[in-house]
Amino acid sequence: MSGISKSFPGVKALENVDFAVGAAEIHAFLGENGAGKSTLLKILSGAQPPDTGTIEFNGQQLVLASPQDAQRHGIVTIYQEFTLAPDMTVAENVFVGREPGSRFFVNHARMENETRNLCKRIGLDRDPATRVRDLSVAEQQMVEIARALSMKSRLIVMDEPTSALSRSEVEKLYLIVRALKAEGISTIFVTHRLEEVFEICDRYTVLRDGRHVGAGRVADTSLEGIIRMMVGRDVGLLAHRQGSTATGEVALEARSLSRRRKATDASAIELHDVSFTVHKGEILGIAGLVGAGRTESARAIFGADLIDSGEVLVGGKPVSIKSPADAIRNGIGLVPEDRKQQALFLGLAIRTNLSMAAHDRISSWGSFISTSKEKALVEDFRKALNIRMASGDQLVGNLSGGNQQKVVLARWLALRPSVLIVDEPTRGIDVGAKVEVHNLLIEMAKSGIAIIVISSELPEIMALSDRIVTMREGRVTGEVPGPGTSQEQLMTLMTLSTPKAA
Amino acid sequence: MTDTGLKTTASDSFDAFGFIARFAPLIFLLVLMAVFAILEPRFLSSINLFNVMRQVSITGLLAIGMTFVILTAGIDLSIGSLLAFAGLVAAAVAKGGLQDRFTVGDDAVGYGWQLAALAAIAVGLLGGYLQGFAITRLKVPPFVVTLGGMSVFRGAALLFAAGGPISGFDKAFTWWGQGKIGPVPVPVIIFLVCAIIAHIVLRHMRFGRRVYAVGGNPEAARLSGLNVNAITCAVYVIMGFFAGLGAFVLAARLNSAEAVAGTGYELTVIASVVIGGTSLFGGVGTIFGTVVGTILIGVLLNGLVLMNVSSYVQQIIIGVIIVLAVAFDTFAKSRRKRA
Repeated sequence: MSGISKSFPGVKALENVDFAVGAAEIHAFLGENGAGKSTLLKILSGAQPPDTGTIEFNGQQLVLASPQDAQRHGIVTIYQEFTLAPDMTVAENVFVGREPGSRFFVNHARMENETRNLCKRIGLDRDPATRVRDLSVAEQQMVEIARALSMKSRLIVMDEPTSALSRSEVEKLYLIVRALKAEGISTIFVTHRLEEVFEICDRYTVLRDGRHVGAGRVADTSLEGIIRMMVGRDVGLLAHRQGSTATGEVALEARSLSRRRKATDASAIELHDVSFTVHKGEILGIAGLVGAGRTESARAIFGADLIDSGEVLVGGKPVSIKSPADAIRNGIGLVPEDRKQQALFLGLAIRTNLSMAAHDRISSWGSFISTSKEKALVEDFRKALNIRMASGDQLVGNLSGGNQQKVVLARWLALRPSVLIVDEPTRGIDVGAKVEVHNLLIEMAKSGIAIIVISSELPEIMALSDRIVTMREGRVTGEVPGPGTSQEQLMTLMTLSTPKAA
Repeated sequence: MTDTGLKTTASDSFDAFGFIARFAPLIFLLVLMAVFAILEPRFLSSINLFNVMRQVSITGLLAIGMTFVILTAGIDLSIGSLLAFAGLVAAAVAKGGLQDRFTVGDDAVGYGWQLAALAAIAVGLLGGYLQGFAITRLKVPPFVVTLGGMSVFRGAALLFAAGGPISGFDKAFTWWGQGKIGPVPVPVIIFLVCAIIAHIVLRHMRFGRRVYAVGGNPEAARLSGLNVNAITCAVYVIMGFFAGLGAFVLAARLNSAEAVAGTGYELTVIASVVIGGTSLFGGVGTIFGTVVGTILIGVLLNGLVLMNVSSYVQQIIIGVIIVLAVAFDTFAKSRRKRA
């Protein structure tokens, strides 16, 4: 692939990226959250066309109109979330849409025979008539690989293939990938586990901010070298925090939050003994890559997801939180990561959105909403948070992202919380509004609220936080002070199972 | 890019589509009335207009309850059956038992209209609660639960009355369906009073806010600390209340209750609500719209009767109207998304 560019409204996702994979090669494709990996993969898999640039495959220039098109040319992508039908058999899944037989009838015997051969090739010892539901996650992944092989693929793209596997299953996957390499089939490995790069990959490519920042032979580089390439994203203006407002008083403590993966939800993220504390007036950052369990920890504390074990202490006292309503009663608020899906009522007015959790404050005679009190509340926050709107009766859906986020923040501030968790507070917000949101968070901490910030943008977390807790695969992997920590140190804690000094 | 707070200036200026979408039912109603008035002069007589209003008041009561349900993106198909069952129970209470079923007139010794009305409403509330329970606790989709309820309550009604009608109530009972206050039929007054109360609940009470929130975005509602299950269950209880009240008023108007009462009401009622601008996707709609939608359907049917259009054709028209109203709603929703 050469000179690939792709823009979305308001964002340049890829800028003139070159990406080359040799024949019979295992290639690591790396980058931080939002570096542009998924966009490039979508272009390679035919799911999206590039704005500019060309794809050359086996000496032939390709224009990929659809995933089917890419598959016909031998490029198959296996996504992190499998695309198998759980109630169909292994053979049916492998040949779905391409069943052997005549035009109207499926030749089951032939389909199962061919599936058996494919399974043998990759060491899956299962009857092709088994229902996929009855397979383990690792076996389901092998079915995906068998499907890719059945399409005579020459290049298999695996997006986070090891994230749901145990160590022994990972070893088995390595064997398969090496066997495919011996047959001349190349694999692109997208992974957040950097040590895997050195265990299995031949070459690597690193993206940052939609740009190609490095590529080469794995043997010629080091972990530190790769981490250095990945970090250092440019996020534009950032608020500058002057001095900490943290006190020694513990506002919230999470103890050993744990959640196991359920058979019904194989892609759910586990939590293992997640513990941390946050103090009054402090901003605690939680850093980790996608899937590290940051959001899951926040939702567990807030009662949005139930966990298997662990407890939450507010002001030193254990509290029972079984629903968001319980959390709110205990003075905890959550600004979720997906504003439109999880926080806003886009079809309702700003006024209604802002006051939704604070009906106690704007009621008269118990259960009637007092319009005048509500308008006063909205006006207070419009001034305090500088929300740019025409009137409170305007639909919240018509506001810009930054102002929508301020409405969500105001919803929680109206409750006067003691702890506020903000998940990706500036996602999808333009630079100016970003600084405003940062300053608001700093102001809130100054007023004594304990703030937990989850962000995929390292510079953001570093600029705001007094302390930073790092997570990886559902575990807390380290805790560092916010000021004075380098991005390299953070990235090391976020990507390695056995942290060592960067 | 500067953050002006508004994505487009268009959202602030006059939105022609939004205006039409909002007042379309009312405009349509006025046009329809004008057409009928021209084609059939009898249509505009005050007797006929009150007649239309009395006819729509029963489905109107149900439509008020249905507005709550549909605002949460739910649906209730069981209302006609629940109404029949509640009506029979009320009738049996009014008659003091089932053995007096065929006694006609004022000589029946029963428990009076007060207890009869309470019984009808109690049956409605209970039926609504059971369905709300199944929807929120057993996690069965509303469509399936109330489709089942449709059959269960109809069966219960047939079983209760052994298939026959219960008729002949005292004057105090039938006044609620046949009486007038001044020139205005009592059912019309009940309907309009309920509509006003429902409007206040939805617009000015915390509960109403929460109904819109649950329908608009259930996940956001939950994360805002609302008890989504309790609110969802409550709207089916409210629906049950109106089915019970409607059953009482219908029995009073017909001076009879029977197991086949209310057959097909679900369609008329859903059509009234949807044509009044309430979105089947939840979160959007008003009681005012529902009242207009109810009258619109009533006027349409009345006009067709006056013009001697067969009742079979009327059914076809109602069906087509539902589909068209939802098609319009889908179109409006896609516009809302883009906005």
